[in-house]
Amino acid sequence: MLKDFSILIGGEAGQGSRMAGLIIAKIFNQLGYRVYIYEDYQSLIRGGHNFSQIRAAEKEFQSRKEKIDFLLALDKNTLNLHKKDLSKNGVIVFNKDKIRSKEGIGIEIEKITKEMGGLPVMANTALIVGFAKIVGIKWQILEDVLGKEIKREIELNLKIAKRSYETSKNLLKIEKIKREPKILLTGNEAAALGAVKTGLNFYFAYPMTPATSIMNFLAREEEKFKVKVIQPENEISVINMALGSAFAGAKTMIGTSGGGFALMVEALSLAGQSETPILIIESQRGGPSTGMPTYNLQGDLLFVLSAGHGDFPRFVIAPGDAEQCLYYSALGLNLAWKYQTPVIFLLDKDVSENTFSVDEKILEKIQSQNPIFWDKKGEYKRYKITDNGISPLAFPGEKNAIVKASSYEHDEFGITIESEEIEKMQKKRMRKYETMKKEVEKLPAVKVYGNRKSKKAIVAWGISKGAAMEAAENLRIKLIQPIIIEPFPKKQMETALKGVKKLVSIELNATGQMAKVLNSQGIKVDGKILKYNGRPFLAKEIEEKLKKLL
Amino acid sequence: MKLDTYCQNTWCPGCPNFGILEAVKRAISELIEKDGKKRENFVLTCGIGCHGKNVDYLNLNSFYGLHGRCLCTAQGIKLANPNLKVIAFVGDGDIYNEGICHLIHAAKRNSDITVLVYDNRNFALTVSQFTATSPKGFKGSSTPKGSIEEPFNPLELVLASGATFIARGYALKIEHLKDLIKKAIEHKGFSFVEILQPCITFFDNRKFYEERIYELEEKDLSLKEKTLMKIRKWDYSDGEGARIPIGIFYQIQKPTFEELVLRS
Repeated sequence: MLKDFSILIGGEAGQGSRMAGLIIAKIFNQLGYRVYIYEDYQSLIRGGHNFSQIRAAEKEFQSRKEKIDFLLALDKNTLNLHKKDLSKNGVIVFNKDKIRSKEGIGIEIEKITKEMGGLPVMANTALIVGFAKIVGIKWQILEDVLGKEIKREIELNLKIAKRSYETSKNLLKIEKIKREPKILLTGNEAAALGAVKTGLNFYFAYPMTPATSIMNFLAREEEKFKVKVIQPENEISVINMALGSAFAGAKTMIGTSGGGFALMVEALSLAGQSETPILIIESQRGGPSTGMPTYNLQGDLLFVLSAGHGDFPRFVIAPGDAEQCLYYSALGLNLAWKYQTPVIFLLDKDVSENTFSVDEKILEKIQSQNPIFWDKKGEYKRYKITDNGISPLAFPGEKNAIVKASSYEHDEFGITIESEEIEKMQKKRMRKYETMKKEVEKLPAVKVYGNRKSKKAIVAWGISKGAAMEAAENLRIKLIQPIIIEPFPKKQMETALKGVKKLVSIELNATGQMAKVLNSQGIKVDGKILKYNGRPFLAKEIEEKLKKLL
Repeated sequence: MKLDTYCQNTWCPGCPNFGILEAVKRAISELIEKDGKKRENFVLTCGIGCHGKNVDYLNLNSFYGLHGRCLCTAQGIKLANPNLKVIAFVGDGDIYNEGICHLIHAAKRNSDITVLVYDNRNFALTVSQFTATSPKGFKGSSTPKGSIEEPFNPLELVLASGATFIARGYALKIEHLKDLIKKAIEHKGFSFVEILQPCITFFDNRKFYEERIYELEEKDLSLKEKTLMKIRKWDYSDGEGARIPIGIFYQIQKPTFEELVLRS
């Protein structure tokens, strides 16, 4: 039998369903399963309905399974809303103290918790453990995972767990897969870790979902990572401070979502003009405007590609899972410094906040690179005209150098000029862009999955890559994932498209923004599958629509 | 010490900006030549406006930033390398209008930077519109019948925000201004120097200032209540009887933002 399980745990905000979901995922990870957690929550602090849907499988999937094999309900809402999605042999485990149900297995999780002297939120421990017993997971594994994951009141939680384990009955047996567990990371955690690997010094951010957890994660681990986290008064200050510190030699990253990025755009142009390195994480959420803060759309692609007044070179990189976040943020920080220009790291809510199985070894493939420094000979010119368009760096404090950066068009020394000479400087920056283009072709900019020989191909980016991959494998067609989108990897894309007769773009937006990008590169897109209700694709949705289009 | 660049000066002939530039040059030269500060450790930032041109005219490290935003840039520089002496040149439209929140928060943090405000009390480079410190009734190109808004008192604002050094100078009292700038740079913490700068083309209030200006005695610098009384001697209106104090109003010591961020 195919080992591929779907577990949904839900409750009100404040009942700890997210933490519980992560613990369940870690239990399966210990058993050798690859896991993916989809997080669904609302923009509120208490009440409402939150859930985590875990996919634990022998094969690595990065999308939700359509049906639920185990439905774990902390509250009545969870049961009522998700019962319809239960698979044929699906099992319901519910909070008997809150829910009356004829179907499924009720556990008195609140009663157990109270009897053991626990806090109400610890009831989720009782539910997890009750479920684990039902599916035949050994106590040793539970004790191990709970011990690692629960930070407070571990003794008390273990007491509650033990009681729940003893009172629940075992019904079936989930088999172990003999292989090493991977590490589990959200895309946001991975993006932070990648940048740390290539020497991040400062992270500046103003809170905005779904980017906030990057700031929180780095702030918690400041000493370990040797990174300083600064929370300025608004996003405009975030980017201008970051540019100041990069100008003075510190490697900086900033993070926000679409609305915050919109506020930063004037300074994005400043980064381009002043040639100041910066890694900018833009984690998309549903728009326009405030949109849907905790739900997803891939609606900012065209915005980040064209944001900023005037022409200036930039990189846009859009990873589709946590492992890619890890590798490409490390790469992104290197690129920002090598080319002294902004790098936009485009995530989406589900890449940012969902949890993925990650192979840490990917980081061994990348090292921190030194930018091109001034050779300390002659007079220093911040904007020296060079063939490849890159002017060697020096920082204020450097003896015998005057370092002048500017938002104005400027001469080589950095002094404002308005004569016709200015064209030379724009030409220099455009030569830099040509150098960047060449570099992109040498990097893993486009990934191809599925049946490489198929004449039918789909293109998907960001989180949509996960469900698209499953659909491509099931339909035996090709999937193309563009990761570096600007400068556009023209040659790599041509190679990926070789032999393809029909191409369909799969995106979480209303207009097909990636299809427009491809069109602008002379690539014909024959169809689009678009979804914009805030929820990522299911593989089955894609398959059904593709059958009509291909 | 020669601190000039080859950049051609484009201020209006006779602009009091020349006075401020001279005071800045003297202050920085003295700090380098007499006090042994390193030239390479000075960094200037500025916004956009007549004041911004200073950084093109000074042969020192600089980041010519965005309108209203250079205090952010200045704080970023200081965080990345606390050995640097960071001096931000800002204008009244620049920092009292466009970037007011950054002024408040930089003062609140006690970031160890020096802010020199070139307050000519109008947007001059865009051919004269009212700013936050223009007097009510100011006739600019956008307010031909006179502006209807009252000015605010920036010294009162930065005191309330948490600045640890507050001074006011006059562009045409160069030696006095030089001393203020020097003390501001030497102050550990957020130092703020408001410079009254007549705009001889659009708002020539030289006579108004020169009839009213007097130098403050340097005493009770750490007393907030007394400071507030001194600050309130003049409310930036065109009040006939008002007298305008210049000098240091306030100075206290407090841990700086950068010390607190970087201590571990």
